Amino acid sequence: MKKLINHPDNVIKEQLEGMQAAHADLIKVNFEPYYITRAGGPVKGKVALISGGGSGHEPMHGGFVGHGMLHAACPGEVFTSPTPDQMHEAAKAANGGAGVLNIVKNYTGDVMNFEMAAELAIAEGIQVQNIVIDDDVAVKDSLYTAGRRGVGATVLIEKICGAASEEGYDLKAVSELCRTLNQNARSMGMALTSCITPANGSPSFEIGDDEMEIGIGIHGEPGIQREKIKSVDEITEMMTVGILEDGAYSRKLKEWDHDKGEWVEVEYVDQPFKKGDNVIAFVNSMGGTPVSELYGVYRKMAQVTDKFGIKIVRNLIGPYITSLEMQGCSITLMKVDDKMVKLWDAPVYTPGLKWGM
Amino acid sequence: MLTKEQVITWLTLCHEVLEENKTWLTQLDTAIGDADHGNNMNRGFKKVYAQLDAIKDKDIGAIFKATAMTLISTVGGASGPLYGTFFLQAGNKLAGKEELTDNDVAIMLRAGLDGVVMRGKAQAGDKTMVDVLIPVTESVEQDINAGTPLAEALAKAVEVAEQGVKDTIPLVAKKGRASYLGERSRGHQDPGATSSRLIIEALFNASR
Repeated sequence: MKKLINHPDNVIKEQLEGMQAAHADLIKVNFEPYYITRAGGPVKGKVALISGGGSGHEPMHGGFVGHGMLHAACPGEVFTSPTPDQMHEAAKAANGGAGVLNIVKNYTGDVMNFEMAAELAIAEGIQVQNIVIDDDVAVKDSLYTAGRRGVGATVLIEKICGAASEEGYDLKAVSELCRTLNQNARSMGMALTSCITPANGSPSFEIGDDEMEIGIGIHGEPGIQREKIKSVDEITEMMTVGILEDGAYSRKLKEWDHDKGEWVEVEYVDQPFKKGDNVIAFVNSMGGTPVSELYGVYRKMAQVTDKFGIKIVRNLIGPYITSLEMQGCSITLMKVDDKMVKLWDAPVYTPGLKWGM
Repeated sequence: MLTKEQVITWLTLCHEVLEENKTWLTQLDTAIGDADHGNNMNRGFKKVYAQLDAIKDKDIGAIFKATAMTLISTVGGASGPLYGTFFLQAGNKLAGKEELTDNDVAIMLRAGLDGVVMRGKAQAGDKTMVDVLIPVTESVEQDINAGTPLAEALAKAVEVAEQGVKDTIPLVAKKGRASYLGERSRGHQDPGATSSRLIIEALFNASR
């Protein structure tokens, strides 16, 4: 293993110390337990957006704390969900009196930990909702699996919902927007190489020089299938068509029912893309793939969406939701209306995403 | 009967056995998960062990609850809430106890199992830790009801647990990260079932 680290045990702490030193104007890092809030403290009267997950996906989520995006982020160990005590402390620190929306990627650990955190906050009288993001079309069904994973859509949703919070949406309205955006988004990822977590020191999976892994998540876990490597055009076409031809997807998600005071399972059905849809297109690097190759992916993806009659109205290209040093990419398409585009264009000022101010 | 000292011994043995098997558990998790189970469990029980001195004079329910909170706040992943909930529910049922009767041990296992199922929604055959905890709990309940001495019941529970682990090998995972592999999860032993087996074995060793 070759890594720019001191000791594997100190990677998270030192990374956070570095973030604090670099971005003291934007964020404040709390070390016991770990969470990141905006430097200016809670934003009074605005819904606090909180996300979190394992580390190793930088800049997500800590790099998205700041004006127009998240109010707090909870980093776990590398590829391991953070814990309820972190999330609870973050909720208390970020709550500006208008409640807390937890944006949760659909992984078993993340979902369970955020549920326990929500229960703790509710017990203290903080209004909370958890919205689960599950956009990964590589997972076909929810009946025999833990359901679709939360991947690229998370970045787009955190940006748009962050803008909605700045505009003064209340908890119910931000939750509804978050839910809709999730249902409008689909993603697919692939890997050329594995990645190495500092604690393990060896690759998460073995892969040959001439092979690629299709349908990966973001934790170095193997994907849905292994194939011989192909050209970027062939790979991009397969992924984009996979997203555009994905049918209706139904699953039940747990949400907090504020009237009943308990968790309820709600069934949601995502509708497929159709001709004439406007989308935000997001081509993401898994960490090791250079931006030059991402443009190669974008080139072909735009040709395919054009052929399907789908119009790309905004795009994002770069490493935003990564898997350490893994080579590979993901594509996310999210259907948007004019209001969502306006929220996308609204100013954002975070360590990882900045425009408009 | 399980004395409070034996309960402390159990938690100590959990720490030792998870430390010893850290690399193996992570290897099992590398095959079908995300390669962190051994590290996470070891981090959690190391912290549990470190606080035992401070809580050893509390009642057994309180010891389990403190253990639960430590696991929930240090393990992370899915295992933190699941094992945390196991000890939290067991602690709730055994509040105020200074020692555990044979029947209390059965009650502890049942409460813990119910908590895990409530939190994780796994069923038998989903290739998870409940594939060990269900048969173990049923076996211990039956034996204790029939008047079998605790150590003997737990010795059998270890065999049942080992069988439960083996039985996960041909299963296709339906919960957790392994479920994304579908058919590719077949032929691998479940890491969560394996750590549950280690914890049950530690319980047996503490009861002797």
